[in-house]
Amino acid sequence: MITYLNILIDSPEFLAQLIINGLLVGAIFALIAYGLALAWGVMDIINFAQGEFVIFGGYITYTLFYQFGIHPILTIPIVALVLYALGLIIYKTIISRLLGQKDIFITILATFGLAILMQQLMQAIFGPDVVTADPRLGMLKLFDGSILISNIQIVSFIIAISVGILLFVVMKYSRFGQTIRATAQNPRAAGILGIDIDKVYANTFAINTALCGIGGSLVVMVWTIHPFIGLVYTFRSFMIVILAGLGNFMGIIYSGMGISALENVTGFVIGAEFQAAVIFCLLVIILVTRSIRARRKRQYLE
Amino acid sequence: MIKRVLSTAVKALVLSGLMISPAAMADTIKLGAAVSLSGKYSTAGNHTQKGYDLGVKYVNGMGGVVVDGKTYDLEIVYYDDESTPARGASLAERLILRDGVSFMLGPYSSGLTKAIAPVTEAHGVPMVEANGASRSLFNQGYKYMFAVLSTSEQYLQEAVNQIAIKAGKPASEITVALAIENDPFSQDIRAGVMDDANRHGMTIVIDDKLPRDLSDMTSTLVKVKALKPDLLVVSGHSKGAALSVRQMKDLGVSVNMLAMTHCESAKLHDKEKFGNLADYALCAAQWAPSVTSEGAVFGTAGNYSAIFDGEYGYVPPYQAAESSAAVIVMADAITRANSLDKDAVRDALAATDLSTFYGQIKFSEAGNNIAKPMILRQLIDGKYYVVAPANVATDELVYPRP
Repeated sequence: MITYLNILIDSPEFLAQLIINGLLVGAIFALIAYGLALAWGVMDIINFAQGEFVIFGGYITYTLFYQFGIHPILTIPIVALVLYALGLIIYKTIISRLLGQKDIFITILATFGLAILMQQLMQAIFGPDVVTADPRLGMLKLFDGSILISNIQIVSFIIAISVGILLFVVMKYSRFGQTIRATAQNPRAAGILGIDIDKVYANTFAINTALCGIGGSLVVMVWTIHPFIGLVYTFRSFMIVILAGLGNFMGIIYSGMGISALENVTGFVIGAEFQAAVIFCLLVIILVTRSIRARRKRQYLE
Repeated sequence: MIKRVLSTAVKALVLSGLMISPAAMADTIKLGAAVSLSGKYSTAGNHTQKGYDLGVKYVNGMGGVVVDGKTYDLEIVYYDDESTPARGASLAERLILRDGVSFMLGPYSSGLTKAIAPVTEAHGVPMVEANGASRSLFNQGYKYMFAVLSTSEQYLQEAVNQIAIKAGKPASEITVALAIENDPFSQDIRAGVMDDANRHGMTIVIDDKLPRDLSDMTSTLVKVKALKPDLLVVSGHSKGAALSVRQMKDLGVSVNMLAMTHCESAKLHDKEKFGNLADYALCAAQWAPSVTSEGAVFGTAGNYSAIFDGEYGYVPPYQAAESSAAVIVMADAITRANSLDKDAVRDALAATDLSTFYGQIKFSEAGNNIAKPMILRQLIDGKYYVVAPANVATDELVYPRP
């Protein structure tokens, strides 16, 4: 452990490599987490099938790439559309029945069941093999090649961030975004003022699944996927949202990128088997301090 | 009218079925098998099932099994264990109690075998298993379980011996990095590699245990880049194999010797998917079509490969070959026991010393096969070449990795 720490101190290029890598891929996690936060904040649905939508998106990119020869980056709009449509269907069949449930476990159980169903279906359709869709874009060498970054990570970073910003702008300034925000604030009042709540919910959930799909396209280009790896992305996005807080757009980006960079560095110093543990410990510490701080400022709800 | 004709026809069918079936049943020996046909092991589970089917087909084709002057055909009763150990155990119970099988073939994977073995043991049902290599299976004192394959700690030991020969420096200066998944099977592989590396006096510079939900290996691989070990050992099922070669390229990591497991199940040889990313990697295998072993049922290893290819349209992975071997071993033991008694067959199995296309098979007291070595193959341009151990090697190991 000390030896590994010394390496980072003696050769800062490895530290830089770990951090840059983490920041770049962290944006992908942030995108998926943004979707989760959207559905959670607007509809009060914690979607535990988040990761499965990600993997499904990845499989679509993979299939379009290998079966139809479409460049993986160009598949992203197709994936987004397919996942949007899938999101609408899932909303109509499952999610709409969960709205307004007092017991949060019913939501979790239902979406978790959906996750298992999707895993098995993906395995039946795409097979259980580990797949990757490498766009072979080459490398970027920094500082005389002491830091190597594959271009696909840079491209996926740019895509993730621009999709996030685009959505942020839509939410903030468009009429459509206004209806979503109004519904999130007070669904009943929004309904009285003529907003079709059901339509807003359906669209919100579909936007979430579309974001997952885009995330999945990026995941299959940067790493590898198989039908049973979805939970990693569900948990990571859940963690990012908890850390950032609901409705905190910049917070999601920061914590998404920060967790990944931290994970790389801790993995390097104390070993891959502890990197998840360290992140979870950190999460606990942050939540505890936050609740202590909140207790100090306790006041009545207005 | 039509209804009446149909119902008569159905009755006739049922009656004839009833009349034939007792006779047909008397002529078959039922073997039970719970195999992963769905869930995360389904690819390998399907190879297993095909191996069993082909084994049964050829054993039956060669006259079946003769017990007390009477000829029996083998028949397998299959269940899908959905890749879950609990399901596997209850299906084993069902096979023995409901379906009345007296002999079992193993499931796929060490985990499932570990779940099923206590059940077969409790009922005194002999089981020949072909896909559970974890050495923790063989220190439980099981009396009715026999495994045709090499145990897991042997998987990559040969790579350690090879780096000792090839590195061109004293063993004490050789550095080894381990990136091995945190599950019982992979950790057995690690233990084997550690034993041999320590015996040679090599230094382990990285010893990372990869999480089961492995999605990113950046931190481990940057460490490899920083410490430049002579040998990198990666074992994390097919996801570990695929992810490591993919990320080694993205991070610009190179080592002189890369030894892995599961190259074949990860399809690293598929150039359309992985290009030449995995070139010159050393891959552990239980068996390859090019090994020089032969037996009565399928002839040579090459011959088995051709038969399997003709039947299913692809070259058999070792998971299929060892499964066929398990059927051969079971048939051989029942023939030698000359009885359908479970204990008689168990004793015959313990005394097995059989040459097969899969290799020599002879069981230790613990039930593992001690007569067959693991082999190491080098992947070059989409093809595997057997490079170690020396007595079965067909090609020279290329070192260092260019």
